[in-house]
Amino acid sequence: MCLGIPGKVTEIYEVDGIAMGKIDFDGIVKEVCLAYVPELQVGDYALVHVGFAITQIDEASARETLALFQELDMLAEELRAGEEGATP
Amino acid sequence: MKYLDEFRDPALAGRLFDEIARITTRPWAIMEVCGGQTHSIIRNGIDQLLPPGIELIHGPGCPVCVTPLEVIDKALAIAARPEVTFCSFGDMLRVPGSSHDLFRVKSQGGDVRVVYSPLDAVRLAQQRPDREVVFFGIGFETTAPANAMAVVQAARLGLRNFSMLVSHVLVPPAISAIMESPRSRVQAFLAAGHVCSVMGTAEYGPLAERYGVPIVVTGFEPLDVLEGIRRAVAQLEAGRAELENAYPRAVELGSKDTVGATTGLYYFFTSLAASSGPPAAGAVMDLLGEPWLFGFSALSFAAAWLCLRQAGKHARRTGREGERGERQKESGEPGAIAAEGI
Repeated sequence: MCLGIPGKVTEIYEVDGIAMGKIDFDGIVKEVCLAYVPELQVGDYALVHVGFAITQIDEASARETLALFQELDMLAEELRAGEEGATP
Repeated sequence: MKYLDEFRDPALAGRLFDEIARITTRPWAIMEVCGGQTHSIIRNGIDQLLPPGIELIHGPGCPVCVTPLEVIDKALAIAARPEVTFCSFGDMLRVPGSSHDLFRVKSQGGDVRVVYSPLDAVRLAQQRPDREVVFFGIGFETTAPANAMAVVQAARLGLRNFSMLVSHVLVPPAISAIMESPRSRVQAFLAAGHVCSVMGTAEYGPLAERYGVPIVVTGFEPLDVLEGIRRAVAQLEAGRAELENAYPRAVELGSKDTVGATTGLYYFFTSLAASSGPPAAGAVMDLLGEPWLFGFSALSFAAAWLCLRQAGKHARRTGREGERGERQKESGEPGAIAAEGI
């Protein structure tokens, strides 16, 4: 949970009154709350922490950081967490 | 330097290491606050490549590790109750309480779930009205807004079976506590750029002043950490104790790919100005008389102001747009930092 991970917004919708979206982290797609960065559009890159977009970032730094996390094997470890909780 | 090849830009890393060695005249102890920075330091062998006098002390920057024992014991007791579905970030499961951990509770039949987002716990409460869903709300400044949203959302949905065991911690009081400890050897801090993107840097300036300790806000990538160390050492050697932001405007002016070149240009022009200014001023004095020195200074200041204004405009145009730009500018988060430990 310690990381902020960059990903690409692929879909934006609303669930129970809050802005949610799908974010693609180098192939792993997760549902993320977009309420704190309302200016995000489909195609934008955002930094995501514990399922919340916390800031918008540019594509170049997003790609570079994702490559770093892949290299350190930290991506799957960070994103795998939710699977169990999301489907009871 | 056996690890140097592993840096994204070994040449720039080498220059930073050389520069740190050049300016270091005494031993210094620097604490990196953020767990992500610690990871980067160990992974890249930064601690082994630094001059022998520079000691890096690993800080408290992992919310999992700083959660108090009694809170973990509470979590264990709550999670073991038969009516409770206990939700936590995965990292907390192995953290020991007085006698055992959440994994043990789970293996003994407790309903302990790992969630990725606090909203996953809210969804569970929605789907299972027969269960008391308790979320373990831990974290630093960066995680607090997410946990708060879960509470807001549970209230909005009118859920009666959702609650949270809260143990939030802040970075600045941790810095205060370290500085007030008589046993503390820390002489400078590397603060986490990411916490600053949520909170801004306003709280750090007074800390630097009160405790006479340099605080450098920096990132997670090895080069960010190195630049942070270089700036911290420079402050310590000069006897300064200020809040500083590593990778300032130079990065905003170029793209991530041209950080090295842009930084080089920055140093070239500042050195050029430093070396050409005095002869030019001297020449003005000789040719036109001493009072003209003041006119020359005024002109230089006007030129500097114009340059800064243009640079600022350019950075805003290329680096970031709209609200995001404003927020990052205010928080002082370097544009190059894309992610880091929190």
